[in-house]
Amino acid sequence: MLAESDKVFRNLHGQADWQLAGAQSRGVWQNTAALLAQGREEIISKVKDSGLRGRGGAGFPTGLKWSFMPKEEGEFPHYLVINADESEPGSCKDREILRNDPHLLLEGCLIAGFAMGAHKAYIYIRGEYWLPLQRLEEAIAEARTAGLLGDNAAGSGFAFDIEVTRGAGAYICGEETALLESMEGKKGMPRLKPPFPAGVGLWGCPTTVNNVETIAVVPTILRRGSDWWSNLGRPKNTGTKIYSISGAVETPCNVEEELGIPLRDLIEQHAGGVIGGWDELQAVVPGGSSMPLLPKHICDDLLMDFDTLASHQSGLGTAAVIVMDKKTDLIEAVGRFAHFYMHESCGQCTPCREGCGWMYRIMKRFSAGQGRAEDLDLLWQVSRQVEGHTICAFGDAAAWPIQGLMRHFRPLLESRIVQAESVTKSPTGEGGAPASVEAIASASSAATPATPEAVLKD
Amino acid sequence: MTTAPIVKTSSWSPPHKAGNAEAQEAFHFSEENRAKLNQAIARYPEGRAASAVLWALYLAQDQNGGWLSEAAIVHVAEVLAMAPIRVQEVARFYTMLNTENKGRWRVQVCRTTPCWLRGSDKITAACLKAAGVSHLGEVSADGAVSVEEVECLGGCCNAPVMQINDREYYEDLSPEQAGEIVRDLRQDKLPTHSGSQTGRIASEPVGDKP
Ligand SMILES: Cc1cc2nc3c(=O)[nH]c(=O)nc-3n(C[C@H](O)[C@H](O)[C@H](O)COP(=O)(O)O)c2cc1C
Ligand code: SF4
Ligand code: FES
Repeated sequence: MLAESDKVFRNLHGQADWQLAGAQSRGVWQNTAALLAQGREEIISKVKDSGLRGRGGAGFPTGLKWSFMPKEEGEFPHYLVINADESEPGSCKDREILRNDPHLLLEGCLIAGFAMGAHKAYIYIRGEYWLPLQRLEEAIAEARTAGLLGDNAAGSGFAFDIEVTRGAGAYICGEETALLESMEGKKGMPRLKPPFPAGVGLWGCPTTVNNVETIAVVPTILRRGSDWWSNLGRPKNTGTKIYSISGAVETPCNVEEELGIPLRDLIEQHAGGVIGGWDELQAVVPGGSSMPLLPKHICDDLLMDFDTLASHQSGLGTAAVIVMDKKTDLIEAVGRFAHFYMHESCGQCTPCREGCGWMYRIMKRFSAGQGRAEDLDLLWQVSRQVEGHTICAFGDAAAWPIQGLMRHFRPLLESRIVQAESVTKSPTGEGGAPASVEAIASASSAATPATPEAVLKD
Repeated sequence: MTTAPIVKTSSWSPPHKAGNAEAQEAFHFSEENRAKLNQAIARYPEGRAASAVLWALYLAQDQNGGWLSEAAIVHVAEVLAMAPIRVQEVARFYTMLNTENKGRWRVQVCRTTPCWLRGSDKITAACLKAAGVSHLGEVSADGAVSVEEVECLGGCCNAPVMQINDREYYEDLSPEQAGEIVRDLRQDKLPTHSGSQTGRIASEPVGDKP
């Protein structure tokens, strides 16, 4: 178990004062000016040395990302944008940072902003997070009054300020370029990359988007040293991580632990175990809805880090662990994810807009025990046509949970196929070959809505 | 852990209904809201007032009783010097903005898998019953409440969760508590405390007393 003294988030559960005085008593906003006095290059190289990888889902090395920003501020100002859109089903960690320790994030913003030559940070918070929004606004006001933000932020000589922007309910705005579009007052539709935000971002200016947790751990890394961080966790998967454990466990919770902790320890030591005991486990979604679920036999000795999970064709994502016991109808569980993606697709790319509707409707048939013989192949093919064929990674995120279900629980799907032999069998008595996607598409075109509105309304 | 079928639902607002008389009413920001909007605009650089469109629409929605009429959208466009169609697009893209009247209290029950695993179906059923409506999205006869299902609210470790309007969360809910909250809302009575209904501070494990 992670030692209490190695925890970054010492008020994760809101047990103490979230405001400035409380944060300062936990060491936040102490010697900030001295940390900045090291200079930009040194800060970036220390973050690189720590091995910190982004906590927003993709696990991209943070120091490297920061180094993509132009070295000198040119004609256009630089921006730091904090992604507090947290909408990945299962994930609810950033909410705890925002409402219980907002100053950790604010101090991190100053340090990251300084390292990238950005004098302004915007925090884009999901519209639903009302209480976290109030606290964030109040924390910023406190920091301004105390001179921690402003023309001479924390006495560093560097001018820096933070503003909050409120989203309004759209998962896709968590995708960094959709987030920037949303901030510019438009629909949150992802941009084609390149250009990348570090070149052309918010209002056309160099911009870096980072997750709340990523930025909130930076001050502690600088205080305690890159070695301290890189000695926690596992090689290339360093440091601590907040895990959100939900679903069929005795005591669902958010908890900070080392990367690479065994999944079983995580669930049993922190979440009271699987309801009814470990043997009742059926499957786990290890990293939020986008990450393929894994069956119990893989979970038995699974380590929770980026690379181990990737080696099992899944991923750490946001480290949102959704536990499903043997009583769970996995088809309905994944079908609900399919509904989520259908509802949240921005509708820009045809494969995603149409494919998400298809995947949902097929899942709904299976869920109702009305699967058709050809549906298995159709579902797989649709998921493959969405994956990798879209502007943003949402398409992959929608396809993967379905593929995970098919990879590990195909017999379950087969058991939900209607046994209408007379329909599927050819006159010779042999099973009818599954129809091609195209054939089914044209045959069922009447039932396939052609507009995003129709797909979304299903 | 239930195994109910996938419920047919959508929180996506359909386009404006023709013949909705209320939609034609004039709309102007109150002085107070106009001042708040100016503060929001000041958060962004010169000439980037459009960036405040979500703030503006929230303010308009609040002032207009929980939804955005055509007139409200046109007014927001005017104030921010945007084309009305751009504001309309935004209003219809984001699920927390309503282009239809959904009652004074919009009860939004989370339906996504982590909440479903902990009984969100029963929460929805209890809310529908307490609201006296037969289906999702229907506004109660007294115009007070509507019940909807929404996607993950980002409070999964406190499932099941519901949200009222664009404000507070009610978490770790039982069907009885959810029903009671809706019955109170019909009398315009807000629950005395938001957040966890079982006394958790945040998302600490139950029984873990700090
Ligand atoms: C569909 C989609 C949704 C996303 N949602 C979020 C989110 O809610 N929060 C977040 O931090 N990153 C989210 N991301 C990842 C961001 O695009 C971006 O990679 C991340 O904010 C970078 O931060 P990091 O480098 O600190 O991890 C999402 C990505 C995709 C494709
Ligand atoms: S993949 Fe889906 S969400 Fe992403 S841009 Fe295309 S349609 Fe929009
Ligand atoms: S699934 Fe309900 S809050 Fe996440």
